[in-house]
Amino acid sequence: MAPPAEVLAVRGLSKTFPGVRALDDVDLTLHAGEVHALIGENGAGKSTLIKLLTGVYRPDAGEITFQGDKVSFATPLDAQKAGISTIYQEVNLIPLLSVARNLFLGREPRNRFGVLDVARMNREAEEILVGYGVHVDVRRPLRTLGVGAQQMVALARAVATDARIVIMDEPTSSLEPREVETLFTVIRRLRDAGIAVVYVSHRLDELYAVCSTVTVLRDGRRVHHGNLADLDRLSLVSTMLGRDLGEVREEGLTKFTGDHHAADSEPVLDAAGLTVPHKLHDVSLSIRPGEVVGLGGLLGSGRTETAKAISGALPVRSGRVTVAGTPLRGGSAPAAIRAGISLLPEDRKSEGIVPGLSVRENIALAVLPRLSRFGLVSEAKVDSVVDTFMKRLRIKASSPHQKVGELSGGNQQKVLLARWLAMNPKVLLLDEPTRGIDVGAKAEVQKLVDELAADGLGVLLISSDLEELIEGSDRVVVLKDGAVVGELTGDDVTEDKLMRTIAGDRRPEPVAKEVASDG
Amino acid sequence: MTVTKADLPVTTASNEPAGETEPVGSARSERLSALIQQHGALAVLVIVSLVASFSFDSFATGDNVGNMATSSAFLAIVALGMTFVIITGGIDLSVGSLFALGGVLAAWGSRHGTLVALLLPLLVCGLIGVVNGLLVAKSRLAPFIVTLAAMLGARGLLLAITDEGADTFLIGKGSFLAELGQGTTLGLGNPVWITLALFVAGAVVLRRTRFGQHVYAVGGNEDAAALMGAPVARTKILVYTLSGLLAGLAGALNAAWLASGVTILGNGMELEAISAVVIGGTLLTGGLGYVSGSLVGVLLLKVIQNVINQIGSLDSSYQQVVSGAFLAVVVIAQTWLGRRRQLM
Repeated sequence: MAPPAEVLAVRGLSKTFPGVRALDDVDLTLHAGEVHALIGENGAGKSTLIKLLTGVYRPDAGEITFQGDKVSFATPLDAQKAGISTIYQEVNLIPLLSVARNLFLGREPRNRFGVLDVARMNREAEEILVGYGVHVDVRRPLRTLGVGAQQMVALARAVATDARIVIMDEPTSSLEPREVETLFTVIRRLRDAGIAVVYVSHRLDELYAVCSTVTVLRDGRRVHHGNLADLDRLSLVSTMLGRDLGEVREEGLTKFTGDHHAADSEPVLDAAGLTVPHKLHDVSLSIRPGEVVGLGGLLGSGRTETAKAISGALPVRSGRVTVAGTPLRGGSAPAAIRAGISLLPEDRKSEGIVPGLSVRENIALAVLPRLSRFGLVSEAKVDSVVDTFMKRLRIKASSPHQKVGELSGGNQQKVLLARWLAMNPKVLLLDEPTRGIDVGAKAEVQKLVDELAADGLGVLLISSDLEELIEGSDRVVVLKDGAVVGELTGDDVTEDKLMRTIAGDRRPEPVAKEVASDG
Repeated sequence: MTVTKADLPVTTASNEPAGETEPVGSARSERLSALIQQHGALAVLVIVSLVASFSFDSFATGDNVGNMATSSAFLAIVALGMTFVIITGGIDLSVGSLFALGGVLAAWGSRHGTLVALLLPLLVCGLIGVVNGLLVAKSRLAPFIVTLAAMLGARGLLLAITDEGADTFLIGKGSFLAELGQGTTLGLGNPVWITLALFVAGAVVLRRTRFGQHVYAVGGNEDAAALMGAPVARTKILVYTLSGLLAGLAGALNAAWLASGVTILGNGMELEAISAVVIGGTLLTGGLGYVSGSLVGVLLLKVIQNVINQIGSLDSSYQQVVSGAFLAVVVIAQTWLGRRRQLM
């Protein structure tokens, strides 16, 4: 059998941004029917490469050959017309337009007067979407769909444009496990139809499930390419991180260590009987200094709500919170912050980071009142605080004045962490601290959490990543439907026990891992 | 308001119908909010008109309705263009000046024939619209500033043409232009028919052409629109051009109706047009709107003015106060509905 045709050949692609060599002499070859994993840490150059392929950026050097012709796309539209479609990590559609109009934007069926044939458009949209497992009224505004269904519409749109190459940038980050299965089915269908797929993801399971070949980028350069099957997981991760294989094996992928708390010390945080109508029922937990308490449970089990209730962000009907022996009054967020509770919210984009402000301003935001006298801010004190935390948390930025929006996800998370640590908290509530950041940054954030606990902080860790929760926590409190259903301590802190507690299942057979992952 | 992932309706990607997992109540209130947002102004218009026709004998007379229709026509044409601009998330403050400029150019041009009288205002106002669009789309300047500059510039141009307003150009009686502005067909003034035709065309363009889809897409999410391959810059240039053209046309028709080009017209008209568009249910933040709503918005403003005149005892200065208060109520209601639907 002849090898499948070469669809795309990229030679020596380079791109420099002010101060950063984002992509350096990168090659990439795609064949028809190939599912190609493109991986690398944040900042490795994946996004830059994708944007060069799709006409968002123009390369400084190198050439792109697409279906035998040298091409240079001026806009994403050109790339799309030529047959390179992209779906992005965050759904990039028009929320207020109907599902069908989104699906067909720019290529709507028209009659001979140039007027849209809306009936036909809706009918065809419905037919197409059924193939993606989306059964909805296509006349509804897109935003009324769930995130997963929106992502499917984006995928359907990308594929329907006669694509030869479909680039997927972390397509599963907002999908439920079942939707991931549907996505994989679609990807296999594309593969069988001779379409080349570029698949970007941080989730190793997914890569091994659908990809045949792999390109690993690091610091803007291609450090590995070949068949994915020839590369085991550990080698893949070590190649990506640029770390020695032995070192990775020794430290593990998740880095949490030892116990730091004195088992008999007074709790630094004691929450008792927290009740929020329809959300929490009589939730109690306590954290001792130096202790990391995990909060386990499925999506919607009340983990985020518990953190918010403790931090005063969610008004409680009853219950009390005591910080280091002092009861918290009023249940207001400012009071909680003054008492020493800091919450790192789940959605750092909408609830934390101010992308347009600098690293320095973002870090200093919460602590400013403490660094000022008579309303005047002491610049020197701000500088010293910012400097301390940038070093301590190893924040990678060109300077304290770089905009946070330009940093990678992991570094944004560290900036947020720095903001709250600058407040010198007693208790740190971390809601999904490593979601959406790459493996390397994840390990670093995890190590930081460990160090912070070692310094005597009480930490509440919420994570959908079971491994992270198990390895990171000294104890795990398990929630279900807004109530505490169990607590795992000591040797009981295992994935198996956790999943059974979540499932409310005492039977011996193991519960499928999907039940609890990505909740 | 914060929306946690758990709050969002999750649509399944399996063979089970997705709608089932969505709370029914929220879907119903969503539809209700959408309905009020789209047709609330119409309901108010009907109520106000009914109350007025029972309260004042002279309200529901043919003459009064005809007058209201004709005087609404010019603002409605301006509001039509404004609707397109606002749906893209922009704003056009130059339309009041262009309205006056269009009128004077039409009157001046009428000395050189009907064709000149109609084409000159379209050409000049359209060109100013193109420049607005280019500056907004290509130079990425704020629409507010660009069109504010155009508003001042056009007003200046107007004064230059008319020798500081000293020259007034008249439109000869019996000319085609005068007939266009002053004549009636089937009992309604010609400008009314022209306006209705323009609104039908506008609705078709907005809802049933690719350009219309791009207008919504650009206003709904500009970055996404660009990534989806929508010609963002071209769409913006076109809406500002359209707005300029329609403002010029409205001015020319108004001059034909008045039989002269009046330089002091159009002051504050941009704000009236914006009010009408917003009252009609178009989101100031872009991405959602209806031309029919803008027509209703214009009518509502004019009916309220008419009612205040009918009351008689109320000083006409208070018209502005009432219009302002009314607009504030509408915007508050729109914002509230929008937040309920989580559009903003």
